[in-house]
Amino acid sequence: MTTTAFQKVYTKIDNITKATVTLRATGVGNDELATVGGKLAQVVKIAGDEITLQVFSGTEGIATNDEVVFHGEPPVLRVSDALAGRFFDAYGQPIEGGEQPEGEARQIGGPTVNPFRRLQPSELIATGIAGIDLNNTLVTGQKIPFFADPDQPYNQVMANVALRAKADKIILGGMGLTNDDYLYFKNVFENAGALDRIVSFVNTTENPPVERLLVPDMALTAAEYFAVDKGEKVLVLLTDMTLYADALAIVSNRMDQIPSKDSMPGSLYSDLAKIYEKAVQLPNGGSITIIAVTTLSGGDITHAIPDNTGYITEGQLFLRNDTDTGKVIVDPFRSLSRLKQLVIGKKTREDHPQVMNAAVRLFADAANAKTKLENGFDLSDYDERTLGFAKDYSEHLLAIDVNVAIDEMLDTAWRLFGKYFSPAETAVKKELIEKYWVGTPTAV
Amino acid sequence: MGTKGKVSGIVANMVVVKTDGAVAQNEICWVDADGGIRLMAEVIKVIGDEAYIQVFDSTRGLKKGASVEFAGHMLEATFAPGILSRSYDGLQNDLEKMSGIFIERGTTTEPVDFAAEWEFTPLAAPGEKVVAGSWLGQVPEINIVHKIMVPFVFEGTYTVKSVAPAGKYKITDTVAVVTGADGVDRNVTMVQKWPVKRAVKAYTEKPRPSKVMETGVRAIDTFNPITEGGTGFIPGPFGAGKTVLQHAISKQAEADVIMVVACGERANEVVEIFAEFPHLVDPQTGHKLMERTIIICNTSNMPVAAREASVYTGMAIGEYYRAMGLRVLILADSTSRWAQALREMSNRLEELPGQDAFPMDLSAIISNFYSRAGLVYLPNGKTGSVTFLGTVSPAGGNLKEPVTESTKKAARCFYALSQARADSKRYPAIDPLDSYSKYLEYPEVVEYLDKTIEPGWVDKVMKGKTLVQRGKEASEQINILGDDGVPVEYHERYWKSELVDGVILQQDAFDPIDAYCRFDRQKYMYNMVLGVCERKFAFDGFEDCSSFFKELINLFKQMNYSTYQSAEYYDYGRQIEEKVSEKEVKA
Repeated sequence: MTTTAFQKVYTKIDNITKATVTLRATGVGNDELATVGGKLAQVVKIAGDEITLQVFSGTEGIATNDEVVFHGEPPVLRVSDALAGRFFDAYGQPIEGGEQPEGEARQIGGPTVNPFRRLQPSELIATGIAGIDLNNTLVTGQKIPFFADPDQPYNQVMANVALRAKADKIILGGMGLTNDDYLYFKNVFENAGALDRIVSFVNTTENPPVERLLVPDMALTAAEYFAVDKGEKVLVLLTDMTLYADALAIVSNRMDQIPSKDSMPGSLYSDLAKIYEKAVQLPNGGSITIIAVTTLSGGDITHAIPDNTGYITEGQLFLRNDTDTGKVIVDPFRSLSRLKQLVIGKKTREDHPQVMNAAVRLFADAANAKTKLENGFDLSDYDERTLGFAKDYSEHLLAIDVNVAIDEMLDTAWRLFGKYFSPAETAVKKELIEKYWVGTPTAV
Repeated sequence: MGTKGKVSGIVANMVVVKTDGAVAQNEICWVDADGGIRLMAEVIKVIGDEAYIQVFDSTRGLKKGASVEFAGHMLEATFAPGILSRSYDGLQNDLEKMSGIFIERGTTTEPVDFAAEWEFTPLAAPGEKVVAGSWLGQVPEINIVHKIMVPFVFEGTYTVKSVAPAGKYKITDTVAVVTGADGVDRNVTMVQKWPVKRAVKAYTEKPRPSKVMETGVRAIDTFNPITEGGTGFIPGPFGAGKTVLQHAISKQAEADVIMVVACGERANEVVEIFAEFPHLVDPQTGHKLMERTIIICNTSNMPVAAREASVYTGMAIGEYYRAMGLRVLILADSTSRWAQALREMSNRLEELPGQDAFPMDLSAIISNFYSRAGLVYLPNGKTGSVTFLGTVSPAGGNLKEPVTESTKKAARCFYALSQARADSKRYPAIDPLDSYSKYLEYPEVVEYLDKTIEPGWVDKVMKGKTLVQRGKEASEQINILGDDGVPVEYHERYWKSELVDGVILQQDAFDPIDAYCRFDRQKYMYNMVLGVCERKFAFDGFEDCSSFFKELINLFKQMNYSTYQSAEYYDYGRQIEEKVSEKEVKA
């Protein structure tokens, strides 16, 4: 952050609050960056000559006579192929020393893709996890979060998904990552020999929370460079968006804004949408797919953060512990991939949609049977069979440790249908039953 | 010379401007940003010589002292032939005309083609008395006849002085001259402008709607029909299938013009329309779907202030086509995002907040907006209609939140999507008991259904609703007392409601045949299902009952998947009849 000859230096700060400083200055642009006593800050309010700056790392120790230097531009990232394999902080500075990669300076949080220029996502992303590939198939250009309680292994699942998906670049945006998780990602990527196609922007719990607000925009500016300029398939991982939203709430509170639901700013929906909507399938073949993590508190999806997220993203993958099998599964009821209709039965085998629906319906019947059992009622023969099916289904298909191809998932599902049910009970179309039914042939 | 001003303050997209003259509330202005970019904005508050404006774009880099020019009018839509099948942003910029992958700041494009020529045929003759909205001539626009009208801003009665002869004209050519009561001649072209936040009142009367609009969705048409010129809304938690349902309606509904207003929702959902509609065929006319569709698209990442404008732009264009005697259907997804845009602005204006920080007048704004829909009699006695169907995205799926409650006061049809139904994949997840259509209570609608479907139809609908209600009660009893703890009749009652649910209410929006169910087919299926429900059966215990109905539902579903009136279709019908008579108690 060198100062150039034209930059005016101000040395009189009028007001200091926990997060902001106010001073009199001229010729300052909205959103512009500045350095206040060596700390980075951004213009958030202009009222006549009074400029209010938000200091990312907090205002501790800032004195009224500290130097304020305006940079004349909003935050930028220098983009080039040299970003690959590197770890950066929220400002785009290399974490472990080394040279800042050269490249064209691009303002982060850039303009929106014209919806008319977007293509319809149509390429399947196979992850090997049946809870995803079979029930909630992912597509390039999609945006989807994991909804998980903090104790679930979401970062591990996400790392697995990232490495198995055939992406040209993986961009990790870590917000409030614990140091352990940061090292975990680093190790996994290194061990997979994938470092050269990974770019990371990381804000750990050791860094000030407000800095996190820059991470998604940094990650997505890098993603847009690779996807738009280079035509690559880019996968962006954002973890944990709940901590990002918490940082938004802190800032909004300090700006005296009226909070809406759950103390979140009224603009939470737009703030999150600006990030998630960067997911895109481009006409040049490039794409940005966003997989995020939203941690929940006690599985509550009505909280403002998961709730607004759910309205923005194209589905959600809900992780929960299955008490029958003791495994973490992708919950088939609460998970959803909105774009799966674009690929299932088209890019996958014809029986995929019907098999998927039938299995989930039967699993729902099992849940009803379980309620009956808990209420002390006798189970019918059908109830018993659904329970048997549910256990096998959780174990062999829903569990996140499953790693098989989609056709094999479908075959497994047919095998389970044949083992527990009659064709009519599955209510699958007759042509498909005739072609794929395994087990004793029963009258349809 | 218009009023000018200089920027004196900036917070996010709200900018304070010191003005040198008169400004009007909601007046449009242009802010000069660096690099020759002009940003459009709207006045939202005036205090002394300071105008508070909301900029329809990012204010990044904007500086104090930037010059502002006031336009002297409110936000306007441009009406002219050539709107059909276009895709606009919330401010009616044509998205297709924008170059580049990104929408760069300050980009504006013309909403219509000023160079194109249209084949004009006069409709009015000299000497005729006309008012705003009277038809002077017409041009063919794709598959509709586009009327050229006396501009809506003309007040009072005019006398036609001359009308251009048939021929090719540009939209800016004068096609008629009318003389006002003051004796002043005014030229009429094929293009006119209208402030979007004002309702177009070019009609003589707004009667109660009476005709049912077919959507091809059984849970709507059979159970809770919406009328031409009616209003409805679809609240539902995320994942309950709001968008799939709206898309189904936009593809299938019996209307001349469909306006899809994508308001603060996902871009990929609009892309689906861009990708599919040019290829899909309108089942009503055989034309391409895109040819009757207009898209207004302000997706969630596009500027929030323009999101608020987008619903008004959509409504105004709808009203324009209604004045041509057409049936217009406007689908807005989602009105909650519009309300959130109002909230963000209210917050920046530091207004005292109402519930959940929404502005106090939210309810009034929503009902005012819904009231613009409706069936109208035009000056020439013909009818036109705007049917409005909005989705609501209630926070946390809780229907007691301000947007849902305010909308409930304004809209006549309520299609509540239920999380429980969505979880068990019962789509469309329209809750049969919570949802309602006030139109079923209108005597004119009852009469219309008696005439077009069959006498006593509404009574039959009520019977179906009662069946579902009784089934729900029975199922609660079964859950409390256990399968064995209740008489078999309870199971029968429950399964009859499952039959109605599985065959009529549930519909596969992704199956090419089942997705679209015409009224005659709905009538056939509904009568068949009710017929089964009215019969008496004898079962050996509840398991016999449940397996009988499961098989029956399966057969009915296969029937839903078969082409209407095909051999296969009737074959399933015969199998159903056989199965039913096996178990029936013969009197």
